[in-house]
Order: sequence, then C-alpha cells, then structure tokens
Amino acid sequence: MPIEEICKTLFIILVIVAGLAPIITWIERKQSALMQDRIGANRADIGGITVLGLLHPMADVLKLMTKEDVVPQGANRMMHMLAPLIAALPAIIAFGVIPWGGIYSFGDTTIKMVAADPDWGLLYIFAIGSIATYGAIMAGWASNNNWSLLGGLRASAQMISYEVTLGLSVVGIFMVFETLKLTDMVMAQDTTLRVFGFIEVFGGTVPAFLDWVRLPAWGIFYQPLGFVMFLTAMMAENKRPPFDAPEGESELIAGYFLEYSGMRFGLFYMSEFIEVIVIAGVVSTIFLGGWAIPFLDQATIIGGIGSFMGEGFATGLCVILHFMTFMLKLIVMIWLQMLLRWTLPRFRYDQVMNLCWKGLLPLSIANILITGAVMLLVRG
Amino acid sequence: MVPIEHVIGLSSILFVIGMIGAATRRNLIVVLMSIELMLNAVNLAFIGFNRLWPGTAEAPALDGQIFVLMVITVAAAEVAVGLGIIISMIRNRDSVNLEEVSLLRW
Amino acid sequence: MEVSAILFYIFAVMAVVSALGMVLNVRNTVAASLSLVVTMIALAAIYVLLEAYLIAVIQIMVYAGAIVVLFLFVIMLLNLREDDFAPGRQWLVKFGAGLLGVFVLIQLLKLVGPGLPEVPVVPEGYGGYRQLGILLYTDYVLLVEMASLLLLSAIVGALILAKRNID
Repeated sequence: MPIEEICKTLFIILVIVAGLAPIITWIERKQSALMQDRIGANRADIGGITVLGLLHPMADVLKLMTKEDVVPQGANRMMHMLAPLIAALPAIIAFGVIPWGGIYSFGDTTIKMVAADPDWGLLYIFAIGSIATYGAIMAGWASNNNWSLLGGLRASAQMISYEVTLGLSVVGIFMVFETLKLTDMVMAQDTTLRVFGFIEVFGGTVPAFLDWVRLPAWGIFYQPLGFVMFLTAMMAENKRPPFDAPEGESELIAGYFLEYSGMRFGLFYMSEFIEVIVIAGVVSTIFLGGWAIPFLDQATIIGGIGSFMGEGFATGLCVILHFMTFMLKLIVMIWLQMLLRWTLPRFRYDQVMNLCWKGLLPLSIANILITGAVMLLVRG
Repeated sequence: MVPIEHVIGLSSILFVIGMIGAATRRNLIVVLMSIELMLNAVNLAFIGFNRLWPGTAEAPALDGQIFVLMVITVAAAEVAVGLGIIISMIRNRDSVNLEEVSLLRW
Repeated sequence: MEVSAILFYIFAVMAVVSALGMVLNVRNTVAASLSLVVTMIALAAIYVLLEAYLIAVIQIMVYAGAIVVLFLFVIMLLNLREDDFAPGRQWLVKFGAGLLGVFVLIQLLKLVGPGLPEVPVVPEGYGGYRQLGILLYTDYVLLVEMASLLLLSAIVGALILAKRNID
C-alpha cells in the first residue's frame, strides 16, 4: 500500500518535524528566560500582536532564508554544500520507525500507526545515528578553518565513543522485552507491573492488599540505570550542552559550523532540534511506554467504552487518546532535555571522554550482568 | 531477486578494484582502505552464497553470515592496529608514503 | 524486471563507481574515504536485498559508523594536506597491477560460471537477530570468545603503537 506509506511519511515530515521543531525553539527560549529570570522571547510582533513570542520561530526562518550564503575562501565547495544536508537527513529519517500509536483494527482493516516497522527497529536508529557523524566531520573539514577542523575532530571522537555506550546501555531493555521491534516493545509496556511479584520467585504468596500495588510496566521501572545512561549517551550524541565541547564558543567560536551562514547554518541548527525530538521519541518509546496510557490498556478501553458506544467509536477514541499520550510524553521529554541544557555547565573535553569510557561504559556492562542474573532468577 | 552469479560478479569486481588500489597506491591510508574494500567484497560473496543455501526455519544454515561477523571483527582489529602504525610512522618519518618505509629499523 | 533487481543494479553501480572513486582519487584522501563510505552503504543496501538484515545494520554501524570515521579522524588529526598524496610515476607498476586485476577478475568470474541453483525462498526469520544470536552463542561460542581476545589484543597493540612513550 504505497498510498498509506506516503501519507504516514508526509505526516511525520509535516506534523512532527516541521510542526514541532519551530515550537521547540520557542520552548527553549521560554525555558531559558524562565531559568535566567527574564521575560524571554516577546519582541517579534505583527502589528503589535506577539502571541507569547510564538512569532519568533517565523522571524528566525525568515532571517535565515534571506541571509547571504557565504562559502569561505579555500573551502571544498561541494562538501561544504553537502555537509548540512548530511547532518539533517539522519535526524529526520530516524522518525520512520518510532510508533506514534498502536495497531488498531476497524472491522477487517488494520491500521498501524508507524511509517515502517522492521524487526530490527532499534538497531535501525543506532545505524542512522552512526551516519550522523559525517555531517559534523565534513563540515569541519570542508570549511578550511582550524577551529572548524578541531570542532569536527572533537565531534567525531565524541560521537564514536558515545555510540558504544548507547548500544550497551539498552541491552538490558532488549533482554527484558526480548525484542528489538519498537511496536512490540510498546505493546509489552501496555500493561501493569506487580511491584511485590518478586515474593513468588522465592516461593511465597503475595498478600491480596500488596498485589494491588502496581506500576505501569514501563522500561524505566525495569531499567532505571539504563534509562539514565541511555538519555546521557543520546544527549552526548546530539552535541548540545552540556556536551557541546565540539562547538564550545569560548574555545572554538562555533566549532564545526563556524563557517556556515544563512539557511545552511539554519539546517545545522534545525537538525539539533529535530534530534531533540528524536531523542524524546526514542526514550519515551522504549522507557516510558510510548503511546501506552498508564493503568489503562487498549483492551480495557475498547471493552469498556465499546460495550455501549460501539467498537468502532471506542477504537477511534483509542487512536486519539494514544496519540495524545505519546505527544504528552514527547513534550515532557523535550522539556526535560531543555531543563538539563540550561542547568548544567559545559563539560571540559577530557571530562566528556572520561564520563564515557570510565563512567558509563563499565556501568552499562555491570547493568547487563545484573539484568541477566535477575532474569535468570525470575524467568528461570 | 537477481541470480546470485551477478552478486558474485559484483563481489569479484570490487575485490579486484581493492586489489589494484592496494598494489598501486603509495599512500598507506589508501592502501588500508583498499584492504577494507577487499574484505567487504569477500563479505558480499559470503552473504550471496549463504542466500543460496539458507537452511530451514528449524535448522538455519547461517555459517556465511557468522563468517561475515568474524571478518568485520578482524577488519576492526586490523584498522585499529593499522592506524596505530600510521601514527607512529608519521611521528618517525613525517609522511605516509610507502616508498619511504625502506629501513628495517628506525 | 522486479523492483528488487532494479534496486540491486542501482546499488551495484553505486558501489563500483564509489570504489573506483576511492582508488583513483589521488589528490584528496578525505574525499577518497568518503567514497569508501558510499561503497559501504551501498553494500549494506545489497545485504538488505539479500535478506541479511542484521549484517546490513552491523555493516553500517561498524564500517560506516566506526572504521571509516577512524580513518577520517587520523587523516584530519595528522592534518595531511593534499600535496602529500601526489603519487610517483610508476607506469610499470600500474600497468602490471591492471593486467593482474583483469586476470584475477577473469579467473574469479570463471569460478562462478553456470551451475548455481535458483535462489530459494528464505525460511521464516532468516538473517534476523534471533537465529544468528542463538547460533553465535551455542555452536559458535568459541569463535565469539576468540573474537573478543583478538579485539583485546588489537586494543593493546594500537595503544602501544600510537602512544609516544609508555610509562
């Protein structure tokens, strides 16, 4: 069904990427203003109407589009031109496998709310993430500028290092859910987790009042350490503060995109924000239950409301509720990243590397070991 | 899918390109990259032949793919050591030209 | 012609052209290594067409994502400018290599020849992480251990080679 796939792809590009990315720049401005005790973005206006500063993204885009596109002397023109595209493309196509809703059946038609659903969905995101390094490297090299080159070098070293931690920190999640397919992963989280269920492992029985104590079966409750490490590694991959040593303005001016102006700079700028959405999407899918509503699974909604309003209506309601839940989680994770970005100061470059190789890597391997031991105990 | 002969043909062409590169280029980095290309060509042949004899769902015959995994491991190890050699060569000779590596001791 | 065949030929041409671009590019090593990346990605796409999904992802993650980035890292770190790469005029070597190449190619293609069976339909789960993982950790577990030893020795070797003075 190519029509269906085209619709889904257009939906991702228009709604999630093009619609959400400008709003994120607004969230970032407002968040920074809040934390620095300022009023924040409120100057851009059309005839005196400012709409809470929401016109700033539009003004930004207009400014970037009309600026001159400068190519420095001695630069490799073709690579200088291609680098921003290569930086922005992986961020956008990573969306293809993130489910923004479940699988619903209306009569005999089944609708899957995800553009592509391969068996190896999470691996696809890692592979795409490893391609993203090239944008930074090419930009740094092609600009024929020492600071750019240093920025590109730092970016590539940082991104390869954190790629390792990124992969190892979610192995625990693979083991718990026993799948790499993102839709199956969310489906497994659309239930509840019995907090005192571990008593049965040791041969006891769970008292009725304790059996009532439950949590949503989200990845974050199975793998709290994995969640922290994954979020850290993902943020380091994105090269935003506090991991922005590749573009640290006090040392490298602007790092690898120093020599870019106009919309080419805008692409680098946007790709960072799009990647913020990707991170929020991936983290909320594998650790926060994706579209799953806590304590209210799909079967309950359809069974409960469908009994007096008809099954079709209940399923339609499910689609809307699940999409809203996913967007809510997405926005909470985006906001969390903004909060971290404006709270923490930049790491020194050796601190970034030490955190990866001496902190996160051993911890993630220990996490795999502990998860394996617990799973052997619980599932036998 | 195309006949596997075409896959093996592609693999042979890539292998020969890599071989010519490794034999004629004098830049050590490009020689290393050509060797990577030859390893990749071999991987392609493994995958192609494995596709011809895939086994059954109960007893999958994935020996070709496992061999590819091992080749990738060896390639990674080779690149790590090879680039170490290149760095120490730059320190001692200030060049990556293979012609200048003519002494047995530095 | 079916879609997968057309895609195969497109990616095959892409792989060969970018491989030639790597070997024949004598002025710019960065561009040469970037064309190697294009070859790697085209090969990964062909692996997907051959239904070796896990290998395709690993190909992109390890080759394109790590190995070639390391090459680029070293090229940029050592700041090798383009002039260092002008090759000597060794026509004899090039002629010999070309001749050898043609000879090897003919021999390799002769080996394939006719007589290969039809491409069968793949069984369920072929090339996925489940089957490969189970095989790797049961029948081939010794191989995995050997690979880990190899990588460890490579790390130690690279450190010793690249470190200025060992303390």
